[in-house]
Amino acid sequence: MDVIPDNLPAYLGGFRTTLSLTVVSGLIALAVGVLLAGLRVSPLTPLRALATTYVEVLRNTPLTLVFFFMAFVAPQFGLLAPLGYWTAVICLSAYTAAFVCEAVRSGINSVGMGQSEAARAIGLTFGQTLGLVVLPQAVRSVIPPLINVLIALAKNTSVAAGFAVVELTASGRRLALSNPADTLWALAGVALFYLLITIPAGLLAGVVERKVAFAR
Amino acid sequence: MSSVLYDVPGPVARRRERIGSVIGAVVVLVLVGLAARYAADRGIFAADRWNVLYDPPKGQTAADVWQSMIVRGLGATLRAAVVAAPLALALGLLLALWRTARGRWVRLPAIMLIELFRGLPVLLMMLFGLLGFGWDAFTAVVFGLVVYNMAIIAEILRAGLASLPRGQAEAAYAVGLTRSQTLLTILLPQAVRTMLPSLIAQLVVLLKDSSLGFIVGYPELLKSIQNNAQYFGNETYIALFVVGAGIYLAVNLSLTRLAVWLERRTGRTSAPTPGPTAGTTDAVGSARVGGTFGTGTDR
Repeated sequence: MDVIPDNLPAYLGGFRTTLSLTVVSGLIALAVGVLLAGLRVSPLTPLRALATTYVEVLRNTPLTLVFFFMAFVAPQFGLLAPLGYWTAVICLSAYTAAFVCEAVRSGINSVGMGQSEAARAIGLTFGQTLGLVVLPQAVRSVIPPLINVLIALAKNTSVAAGFAVVELTASGRRLALSNPADTLWALAGVALFYLLITIPAGLLAGVVERKVAFAR
Repeated sequence: MSSVLYDVPGPVARRRERIGSVIGAVVVLVLVGLAARYAADRGIFAADRWNVLYDPPKGQTAADVWQSMIVRGLGATLRAAVVAAPLALALGLLLALWRTARGRWVRLPAIMLIELFRGLPVLLMMLFGLLGFGWDAFTAVVFGLVVYNMAIIAEILRAGLASLPRGQAEAAYAVGLTRSQTLLTILLPQAVRTMLPSLIAQLVVLLKDSSLGFIVGYPELLKSIQNNAQYFGNETYIALFVVGAGIYLAVNLSLTRLAVWLERRTGRTSAPTPGPTAGTTDAVGSARVGGTFGTGTDR
């Protein structure tokens, strides 16, 4: 039981790494994902095909496989990413961008057909229709799923524990191994810190969704 | 779908689009070509990197390599998924029923259980099994997969129950069915049916998550790639990885296709109104995108 208060610094260190992994990869994934979503609805076939391929491949690939690629296979190409924090950021943002893209795209599709028809009828171009009419309306239905994508990202950072990043799960495993009598408590401490991120974020998603769920 | 955003192009726009497409294609091809040149310069396509797949060195046969990857590697991955999936479905169903029970205090433990397991990483659950309870790697992997996915499946089923028209339950009560009869014979079959695509998508997530076994020391597909690469030398990593990634993509994409096909099939027979359904399937789709929460369906 004492294992949690005794090792608070180790937990907090891991928690900080997990948080920073989540925030940094989340921001990159949001930027890349919105860009990909733009490509996926664009009229240019090659770009659309490129984005679709990327999203389909990444969505059907386990995150562990992405990490595996960066850690073991990419060095064979001479791409020596420094194993650790930045490798994890690259993998997590590449993986999450695919899910961000899908969330944004389904938001774009959820905006009523009449809206874009009306925009086209008054002569707006594709870019104007997307940027001035559709996207501002899509934002409200996109935010709850996006929060869920980010929650999934927060949980996914745990995969980095298997690839030499000492974040929350890895520090928990270390504590569990060094306190064999209290392994369950050591891991329960880790669980507590994850819930500290995921439960408030989940509640936030629920609140936003209820606010956004207007008559459609 | 995307053509909503722009007019059916006229001759000028079509020409502009064609030029844009050609430029885009050229850019993509140039990038691919540069990558290929870069790879070729580093000897990526040299035979000694790829011969593990057809004529491996060190006195092994190609059959040995393929057997170790497909039979042992993929076999172990599928075994974990096949044991975990029915358990997660059954327990998820129980949790969903408990979650929709009438008494507020009866419901509370189910809500807490779902929120708890939904909010934790699968890897942590596996570590609980491995280190906390001292189980072997296979049991730990199955435990992690079952505990996480049963919570998600419970939420999917609950969303399915909530999405049914109220008239279904009212009609069942009106003809004198009891509460459990209504739930089991009227509501649940419809909920499972509407949520079948989401359930299958969740099974894809389960299969993907079984790769976490690599981290907790369960010898699955990724581990077999690593073992082979360490035995035959690091330069064979690329060839072995291409095969492993291909296997994952093939299995998952065919499951996803199955989900899409079912979605279309059930959509045609049970939802005759075409307009709003498009929005509904999108909502389900976005719930699946998150991979975690059935939010999009609570409308």
